[in-house]
Amino acid sequence: MKTLTDNWSTYWDGFLGTLSLFAVSAVLSLVLGVLIAGFRVSPVRPLRVFGTVWVTVLRNTPLTLLFFIVVLGLPRFDITLPFYTFAVLALGCYTSAFVCEAMRSGVNTVPTGQGEAARSLGMSFGQTMSLVVLPQAYRSVVAPIGSVMIALAKNTAIAGSFSVTELLGTYRTINELGYSIVWTFVWIAVGYLIITLAVSAVFNLLERRVAVSR
Amino acid sequence: MTVESSALYDIPGPKALARHRLYGGIALLLIAAVIGWLVYMMFHTHQFTYAKWQPFEYRGVQDLLLRGLGNTLQAFGWTVLFALPFGALFAAGRLSDHRVVRWFATLVVEFFRAMPVLVMIFFVFVALKVQPLWALVAGLVLYNGSVLAEVFRAGVLAVPRGQREAAFALGMRKTQVMTYVLVPQANRAMLPAIISQLVVALKDTSLGFLITYEEFLHAGKLIATNLDYDLPFIPVVIVIAPIYIGMCLLLSWLARFVEKRSRRSPSTRGGAPVVKAGVAMGLPPSAQQ
Repeated sequence: MKTLTDNWSTYWDGFLGTLSLFAVSAVLSLVLGVLIAGFRVSPVRPLRVFGTVWVTVLRNTPLTLLFFIVVLGLPRFDITLPFYTFAVLALGCYTSAFVCEAMRSGVNTVPTGQGEAARSLGMSFGQTMSLVVLPQAYRSVVAPIGSVMIALAKNTAIAGSFSVTELLGTYRTINELGYSIVWTFVWIAVGYLIITLAVSAVFNLLERRVAVSR
Repeated sequence: MTVESSALYDIPGPKALARHRLYGGIALLLIAAVIGWLVYMMFHTHQFTYAKWQPFEYRGVQDLLLRGLGNTLQAFGWTVLFALPFGALFAAGRLSDHRVVRWFATLVVEFFRAMPVLVMIFFVFVALKVQPLWALVAGLVLYNGSVLAEVFRAGVLAVPRGQREAAFALGMRKTQVMTYVLVPQANRAMLPAIISQLVVALKDTSLGFLITYEEFLHAGKLIATNLDYDLPFIPVVIVIAPIYIGMCLLLSWLARFVEKRSRRSPSTRGGAPVVKAGVAMGLPPSAQQ
């Protein structure tokens, strides 16, 4: 307990760092993921190919390698941004591939007949999407997106080793002050549990709200 | 036009086709512009000079890279070796008839799935003062083993109920039902998901870089930060990224191949449905029930 109370501000900074890293990269990955999912289901061939390549390559890239490339590689092209921005870029791009796949398989669960029926009622593309396809896709997308977001929250730990303030990185500071190393990690673990459990609670709630027996 | 996207729009007519071609042209131009910019930046920042590529001609540098690659594969091998039994053990624990065993297994699996792998690796490395290789392997086994336990469990639960009931009706004991009837079918159905999870393990061996395990990225960084070689960072990335991503891609393709083959195979007919292969973040969809 003393480890926590004595280093409260260090832990708190780390916790907030992880939280903000998670929130910003979650938004980036959702936006990018939806965009790439749109590419992958579009009738335009080059966009489809681009989406497929993006997803295939990023899903098979180790996140550490991506961090390595973004944090240490982009400065060689004279692109110098804060480490925080680099970390968000790496996490957001990496996660977007998984978000895209979740979205795409969600859209694919909507039976073809639904779209056909909507069009034969004279609905425009926008109406078909917003009134028929997306509401149905949304239901089957919530749970997979939730597990991707939890994984994203856990992946933010890697950023700590690339000079970003976050929860796992706090162990160095606290360790140097001579506190029990085991307890240091216990409180770090508690911090991560709080975040992952909160995210999963939010998504469970969302899931229950949209759940409709089919 | 793929069949799967047809819920979204009709088969395009001549006008729509022309429009799509126009969009396609614009998209191609944009993609070409981005690639062109990248190549220009590489030339502009002198990434293709002899001085930056020369180190790769040295025997020592080649050995360093190969040793790094070997260490990466070694960590991966140990992880596979320990994670599969770990997963099997805890899956059996979660399916146990004894409440205490079930609770314990559930607690362990849920805890290690909720923790970032890196926290476990750092804990073993810093707090228990273990060598980097074993710290890395321990972290990866705990995490991937827990996920595999869920995959195995989902596989066993996905076998149709009749199989289990029939086996019990034949007078088999519960261990026999498990080993002769349920597990073989579950394995066949879950093999794609298991291999996909191994891709995640292979990707995560790169975390060893962060605890100074001398793996592939570590070797790359040693070369990239060497002033004598004119800091060849981009060349190092051009060399190591395709190898790393290629290894993961090969394993992913193996998972896809196994999926296709077992879908066709008569031995999975009537049993548990074969799951889709696909590298997942967190728990694979096949294990979420």
